[in-house]
Amino acid sequence: MLPDEKGYYGPYGGRFVPETLIPALDELTAAYRGIQDDKDFWSRLETLAHDYSGRPTPLYFAEMLTRHCGGAQIYLKREDLAHTGAHKINNALGQGLLAQRMGKQRIIAETGAGQHGVATAAVCAMLGLKCVIYMGEEDVRRQSLNVFRMKLMGAEVHSVSSGSRTLKDAINEAIRDWVTNVGDSYYLIGSVVGPHPYPLMVRDFQAVIGRETRRQVLEKCSRLPDYIVACVGGGSNAIGIFHPFISETEIKLIGVEAAGDGIDTGRHAASLARGKPGVLHGAMSYLLQDSDGQIMETHSISAGLDYPGVGPEHSYYKDGHRAEYMTVDDRECLEAFQLLCKLEGIMPALESAHAVAHAVKLARTLDKDRIIVINLSGRGDKDTGIVADALGVTL
Amino acid sequence: MNRISNVFQKDGRKALIAYITTGYPSLEATIDVASLLAESGCDIIELGIPFSDPLADGVTIQNATHQALLNGITVKKCLASAAKIRRKVSIPLVFMGYLNPILHYGPEKFCADCSKAGIDGLIIPDLPPGELPALDESAGWHGIDIISFLAPNSSDARIKEVAGKAHGFIYLVSVTGVTGVRKCFAADLKGFIARVRQVTNLPLCIGFGISSAEQAAQAAELADGVIIGSRIIQLMEDNDKSYKKLRDFLGEIRHSIDG
Repeated sequence: MLPDEKGYYGPYGGRFVPETLIPALDELTAAYRGIQDDKDFWSRLETLAHDYSGRPTPLYFAEMLTRHCGGAQIYLKREDLAHTGAHKINNALGQGLLAQRMGKQRIIAETGAGQHGVATAAVCAMLGLKCVIYMGEEDVRRQSLNVFRMKLMGAEVHSVSSGSRTLKDAINEAIRDWVTNVGDSYYLIGSVVGPHPYPLMVRDFQAVIGRETRRQVLEKCSRLPDYIVACVGGGSNAIGIFHPFISETEIKLIGVEAAGDGIDTGRHAASLARGKPGVLHGAMSYLLQDSDGQIMETHSISAGLDYPGVGPEHSYYKDGHRAEYMTVDDRECLEAFQLLCKLEGIMPALESAHAVAHAVKLARTLDKDRIIVINLSGRGDKDTGIVADALGVTL
Repeated sequence: MNRISNVFQKDGRKALIAYITTGYPSLEATIDVASLLAESGCDIIELGIPFSDPLADGVTIQNATHQALLNGITVKKCLASAAKIRRKVSIPLVFMGYLNPILHYGPEKFCADCSKAGIDGLIIPDLPPGELPALDESAGWHGIDIISFLAPNSSDARIKEVAGKAHGFIYLVSVTGVTGVRKCFAADLKGFIARVRQVTNLPLCIGFGISSAEQAAQAAELADGVIIGSRIIQLMEDNDKSYKKLRDFLGEIRHSIDG
């Protein structure tokens, strides 16, 4: 079972961090190991997932979308219906409880689109923990609604003005805070990235998506799906839904990265499609970097996918061909966003709309007895302003 | 015996280690200032290789490395400028840089080219000892010391493990945090140094936050060397080509650590 003892998925993963963080990672690894057999911890998490987050989220047969495509049957795993509007709450809740168990009173988190920030702020409010969120200045601007939501829940939001002023820079700043306040602070990372044990831990907390999907699709269809499609930024919603299906190699797992202005324009965020292995934010993984190993700026209409790295486990699945990684550009994403609104009355997050866009293309090529599950990882209310802008509509 | 261990052979003399960012404010300045550092009593020069995401650095070095990247500095240019500096100064030169540009360049080729340029050591803040055996091997092959870090929160077991693999000297972080000018050290700095001393005879140098003669004297009393970075970068900021402020500062520091 991966990762290995040192946090490696084949050549990817590991712990590439300043020495000051090694004791914190050791402490975290021990604490995470400590909860593995702790029934109270998991039953508390399950109760809160049910009563607070609203799990299980439904698996919905998108009949209109299916008819529109005229091919495979499309099901939506409705993570958009989870509390705070995305799958991010699954991880925030799990790590929040762990932090509390470790006696940490101050939580640090980064956020891109703001979904992880809001989820963390909510969990901190509920658990009575202090919450400090780092968010790139560019994202603060384009996701102002989420900034306000975090503040309403008592979080302190720091706007980060270094580098590209997006998710990557927010993580740099969160790590600097963590190095400085390592004694009393817990870094609640929002995706399957970062040093070991984060990619493992976040995967485990998100795997609830895949476990529910398996049960629900068996109930509805009496068989497992043929395809599972999910968007990939850091890759937590994708790993979450993929993981319980990893050993069933007949099920095709498809991750969809953001092609931004177009995969050949150089202005995108497709780390797996166009990156090379390297080290950023504590792990070895595919990385968008220039000819000198400097990290490149990324571009996507979706703030949550606007990241030059990706989780090490995805890098491993790419090389081993266990999952396939495709790209969808901003234009296709906007079309899918509108399509799902019109046909199903469901407004997906721009992140999730990437998965919808690819699934629509795929469904058309498949027979009607095939089954596709899309992980609809978040809802799109936060994105209405961006979509209106892109469509030239003044609100 | 290499150049780094030679530094710590001089009886009672505390080492002064100075950091500058290659290409900040310009490549010419880096070469000029390196000579100035050697003339002003520095014992080792740390040459920064700029990186887009310096997550162990505070604002001063973040800005300097950002400026260096805007100036078009690459790993290749860092190697070329180190070779030029090597022709002018005889004290040890170590590169301080994040892992990814080194990985991208190729660990083996990087160590070979470092050796040709006259580089004596590597300080890589995001590479814990043992995490990348390929680089350790290449560095060993080319006689380059990879300098290890320890921090006040390092456990005794970790101190033992790191010290056991360390080469050259051990870089002791004065506080948990990033680089940058600060007023005080970790409360338990003395105890931390004692814990490290117990398990190793390697020279111990203290860095992060040292910016005044008083702090330098304090650090020199506890350790074998003092590392100064951000304050030097700040003193280079005002475009005075004679670097009088920097020269005066180094004079003061040298005086204070010589006690």
